[in-house]
Amino acid sequence: MKSAVVTFPASNCDRDMFDGIEKVTGQKPHAIWHQDTEIPNVDLIALPGGFSFGDYLRCGAMAARSPAIRAILEHANRGGYVIGVCNGFQVLTEMGLLPGALMRNKSLKFVCKTVHLKVENATSAFTNAYAPGQVIDIPVAHHDGNYFADDATLAALEDNNQIAFRYVNKDGIATEDANPNGSQHNIAGILNERGNILGMMPHPERFVEDAQGGSDGRGFFESIINTLN
Amino acid sequence: MKARVHITLKNGVLDPQGKAIQHALGALGFEGVDDVRQGKYIELDLSETDKDKAYANVEEMCKKLLSNMVIENYTIDID
Repeated sequence: MKSAVVTFPASNCDRDMFDGIEKVTGQKPHAIWHQDTEIPNVDLIALPGGFSFGDYLRCGAMAARSPAIRAILEHANRGGYVIGVCNGFQVLTEMGLLPGALMRNKSLKFVCKTVHLKVENATSAFTNAYAPGQVIDIPVAHHDGNYFADDATLAALEDNNQIAFRYVNKDGIATEDANPNGSQHNIAGILNERGNILGMMPHPERFVEDAQGGSDGRGFFESIINTLN
Repeated sequence: MKARVHITLKNGVLDPQGKAIQHALGALGFEGVDDVRQGKYIELDLSETDKDKAYANVEEMCKKLLSNMVIENYTIDID
């Protein structure tokens, strides 16, 4: 799998993303700087977590207007795969590639812990290595992960099976207690309608080998390999 | 000329920061604060001298960067 990881000023999970992709796929991603206007022909572009541009104005707002964005849009419009994790998810919503917005956590606190996620859509390019309804453990670390969209958008996400992951308890039930940030419908990750773009707050790249405390994130990258084969 | 832009959260969008401010005001003894909504204030110094053109230009800025239309509204004052 050919991939590229885009680094913005104050991205801080780009190294984790490089490492996670390489560990699972065996291939080193290209390193793209936010000022690069061209991205090599790849299968996957990953937007990593962090605090791009210091979260100035709104999380992801500045990064979403970077010079590299045009090349990311061209890749996405061609049907190329794009993932945005954490700050990367915020950038994708600010770019308008995914609906909704990520707001300050309901608790106002930074949350940093491992959460249970239910795989709601196990047929997408990013989730097909998981079983439908499977509960996986993935870490979250964010201050602004509270997913908001208007009612019509939420209904469309539900109807089109665009909700990839939901925060759940260990039994797979989406409860208020299991929701770390106040996201509507316990949404942890969503797909675009075409299914080639995924944004999620939890960090699969941080859970790809047991030494990291868990390896449930591997399936995420394995899914993309399955899709490409 | 100067443009003053207020960015506020749309009605119906939860504002946890506003709620925290409301609680803090209550804790300080300020009574009767029924609700708090917080937002942003941005001042722009513009070289444009035509008020209508300046307004149109700032409105574009609001749509493209200064506000997120999914969750926020903007108001523009120019003088």
